Amino acid sequence: MSKSYVETLADKDARTDGRKFDELRKPIKIELGVSNKAEGSAKVTWGETEVFVGVKMAIGEPYPDSPEDGVLITGAELSPMADPEFLSGPPGPEAIELARVVDRGIRESKMLDTKKLCVRKGELVWIVFVDIYPLNNDGNLIDAASLAATAALKSAVFPKLNGDKIVYGDFTKTKIPLNLMPVTCTVVNIGGKSMVDPILEEEKNFDARISVSVSEKGDIHAMQKGGNVGLEIDQVDEMIGLAVKKSAEIRKVLK
Amino acid sequence: MEEKMGKILIEERQLVVPGEELAEGMDNLPGEGAFREDDKILSLKVGLAHIDNRLLKVVPLGGKYLPKDGDTIVGKVVDIGMYGWRVDFGWPFFATIPLRDGSREFIPNGADLRQYYTFGDYVACKITKVVGSKIIDASMKVPGTRKLSNGRLIKVQPTRVPRIIGKQGSMISLIKEHTDCFIVVGQNGYVWISGGEPDKQLLAVKAIRQVEKEAHGEGLTDKISEFLKKESK
Repeated sequence: MSKSYVETLADKDARTDGRKFDELRKPIKIELGVSNKAEGSAKVTWGETEVFVGVKMAIGEPYPDSPEDGVLITGAELSPMADPEFLSGPPGPEAIELARVVDRGIRESKMLDTKKLCVRKGELVWIVFVDIYPLNNDGNLIDAASLAATAALKSAVFPKLNGDKIVYGDFTKTKIPLNLMPVTCTVVNIGGKSMVDPILEEEKNFDARISVSVSEKGDIHAMQKGGNVGLEIDQVDEMIGLAVKKSAEIRKVLK
Repeated sequence: MEEKMGKILIEERQLVVPGEELAEGMDNLPGEGAFREDDKILSLKVGLAHIDNRLLKVVPLGGKYLPKDGDTIVGKVVDIGMYGWRVDFGWPFFATIPLRDGSREFIPNGADLRQYYTFGDYVACKITKVVGSKIIDASMKVPGTRKLSNGRLIKVQPTRVPRIIGKQGSMISLIKEHTDCFIVVGQNGYVWISGGEPDKQLLAVKAIRQVEKEAHGEGLTDKISEFLKKESK
């Protein structure tokens, strides 16, 4: 599908798959505990898009500037299994962006109660790894990945600790301390029209994209703009408004 | 000496697997999807066997499209060179549209070939020559070929293409009639849909998917006609 075609459709107030501009794909499903080795895991099926997120816990030294805080490390791997256009090898800009947008949503909303992840101040803290593996790419990986990350963290438990070492495969029943539950909603702009939840064809042809992380209070915690076309301030307002509105709908799946 | 009469070992529309014996004797002929070994005719594919008098053929249930002389295919222009255009049509090698077959118009010497078809454009072209599997020549000069623009491409199973077109094009003209869309079905399983209203285009996609799904059933044209009537209300 060419850019001009997607724009022609947008002009006629239509989308390539017949959805409305503010309509999410259905169904959005979350499966928890997909991996029995990970401390927490979730698989999100979002239309045709599928994303797997695993949470792994490790223990180590804190950063010198935050001796009491646990550490969050987010990584994403775009494997060629998910999309023939993804290449194997070191992560490219897309993988880094995906990981960073998800990371920022979690980090800036203070979702993780990092103070409670401290074992001994300045010496030993928990390190939380959030690993994102898209299994199938049909667009909107950001929203699917951040929903999966939130769900996986919500279900994650601490592993058992023997002295200063982790006994892997032995889980406690204590859940990871969490505060807020941010979800991310992406809105794209095609030919001046704002639409949520882009599918792959729309994602290839958008002018601009804004991903907004919203907590249950409706506060915006993080934002990322993509695409190489600029936006008017009114358009930005409209897109953020739409994202905040739709994030409430995404949140319903989380319960 | 008396020649032994050949015996057909399968029934019409029977499911066969590769290597399965279809017939014995020299007076039957192997068609598409079948081959002869000594005095036996064996199947090459997983599919339904068809008996046409003494010609035995196997229509595969699935699988890739094999380029054939005279087929109209839909593909995407992926490369432009001194020689003409290269078209990706879902085969390991690209088809070449040589300069002399590039257009019904006259292409002057040294013309910018991107004027005609540029990278990412879709075209419906006709295969003129197949040598082995690597060299596939196509033409844009013959009737039924054209540049395709402002529409969507859907990919279907190449083995379902005859059902999508229907007898003498009955199925595809039925879909066109109900949706007012412009549809080109490539033998390679690429279907181009453009024109008409956006929701009608989606209806055409749905109908084609329905045909693809139920390709082995009978009375399909009536079913699709009903489906289209119901949906277009």
